[in-house]
Amino acid sequence: MRVQLDVDKCQGHNRCYVLAPELFDVDDLGQAILIVEGDLDPGLEGKARLAASNCPEYAITTTD
Amino acid sequence: MTEVSDHNAFQQKEARYSPEGSFGWERVKYDPDDYGPVSDWAKDFDHADPAYNPQAPNIWKDLRESGCPVAHSERYGGVWAPLTHELVTEVAYDTDNFSSRNVVVSTSRPGDLAQPAPIGAAPPITSDPPFHAIARRIMLAPFAPKQIDPWEDEVRSLCRNLLDELGDIKPGESIIDAATDYAQHIPVNVIGRMLGFPAEDEALFRGFVHSTLETINQPRDVRMDGFEKLAEYINKQVVDHVDNPRDDLTSYMLNAEVEGNQLSPEHVTGSIILLLIAGVDTTWSAIGSALLHLAENASDRQRLVEEPDVMTFAVEEFLRSYAPVTMARMVTKDQDFHGCPMKKDDWVLLPFPAANLDPEAFDDADSFVIDREENRHAAFGLGIHRCLGSNLARLELRIAIEEFIARFPNFELSGEAEWSVGQIRGPRVIPVRVLEVTS
Ligand code: HEM
Ligand code: SF4
Repeated sequence: MRVQLDVDKCQGHNRCYVLAPELFDVDDLGQAILIVEGDLDPGLEGKARLAASNCPEYAITTTD
Repeated sequence: MTEVSDHNAFQQKEARYSPEGSFGWERVKYDPDDYGPVSDWAKDFDHADPAYNPQAPNIWKDLRESGCPVAHSERYGGVWAPLTHELVTEVAYDTDNFSSRNVVVSTSRPGDLAQPAPIGAAPPITSDPPFHAIARRIMLAPFAPKQIDPWEDEVRSLCRNLLDELGDIKPGESIIDAATDYAQHIPVNVIGRMLGFPAEDEALFRGFVHSTLETINQPRDVRMDGFEKLAEYINKQVVDHVDNPRDDLTSYMLNAEVEGNQLSPEHVTGSIILLLIAGVDTTWSAIGSALLHLAENASDRQRLVEEPDVMTFAVEEFLRSYAPVTMARMVTKDQDFHGCPMKKDDWVLLPFPAANLDPEAFDDADSFVIDREENRHAAFGLGIHRCLGSNLARLELRIAIEEFIARFPNFELSGEAEWSVGQIRGPRVIPVRVLEVTS
């Protein structure tokens, strides 16, 4: 599984950083930063799905 | 004659401190006495009818189920209220057709002489693109998660002190008002501390803010008097920060630059008033609704007491189920919106709380599911105006609940709750009988 962040859609609701800090950080203005690349460690797939399904702006997607 | 705006302290204050309040605003020909209580919510919708807030979820559900996704009314010169998640999102994202120049429905609206969008009276909340991003940027940094998280201990000790101040509580006997004895005091004290206002002024500052924001049943001149005292007090603090800069939000704003220019002390005073208007009643409402829910739902209360980890999800479910904030937009040009003939300068309400209960957007939308895992709620808005204070509001909400149930693991509702009137929805009286106290 891979995870993508659309920075243009992100409005800094900050849900991803709270739910999946292994995958997301936030910058000084509160915008999300994706901190992983490529295929996810299988142990983090649940976290990726959780972040995607809680982003109010639909800025996070996952692909299998 | 009573003015409908008397229902809504939030809008009074905004109209007053904005230059538009006295200049360039036209009164809409609207006398609430011509209308009276709402009988048909589809065609005569009025969010400021006192009957609305107590039963709003039922109103939204009935309207959606009867095939009316956009309620309408001639009140206030024309108001539309989209009630589905999809339509609320569409309006929130479409800043060309729906302007933020006034976000609070009132009996007056900007005339041609008023400060035009995109700046508006209280940037960034009343700004449209492209200016909005400039005004917003200054305030993003101090409210970003990594600046807010360190406030946790301070908020916690504030909550504990408020619980201590309740005095001697006898389990099974003592009745407290969780709204006015507890929840109400949290946001105003937190923002006062962030702004660096003197600790010994806490009660004074709280008094000014409350007499401004919450005395909605007082005559207009009494409230205006309160507002002037508040503005005067804030001004004094800002001037003191000009002379004695320190490490707090007020000094941060005085040093901030917009396009190479520092903000004037007046601009900073205006921004502080915006933070109070946007952050105090809203957060008070969110905390109050959560405590009211827990007073009425013993199993949810017990779950939180026994499984503190559920709190991460519970906070979001409180925000979804009891979202306190409905915003408004003004239509920028005549248009057809999904069959609704909208006219330029009509109001469009953005009932984020209704969007949050839309069954098309949420499984089992009507039920409160304390550990709901998938929760894209819109309590803090959608799009470019996403609540700047959302990280702070979440922190306050979580800690306020944690501390309340840590002190009172068992409590129940002991009378009728009373609801606010207007665009900010929350309980204003929550009589609670304490059944168990930990020392
Ligand atoms: C649970 C509590 C709160 C809720 C539900 C809430 C909700 C909202 C919503 C829905 C908006 C969007 C406005 C729009 O689309 O027109 C907003 C904007 C805003 N909120 Fe909050 N708010 C809360 C607490 C706070 C706090 C604590 C502060 C600051 C101390 C704050 C400051 C702001 C500001 C400055 C804006 C304007 C942002 C912009 O226009 O870019 N809010 N809030
Ligand atoms: S949850 Fe969505 S909007 Fe919020 S910070 Fe993460 S990506 Fe951005």
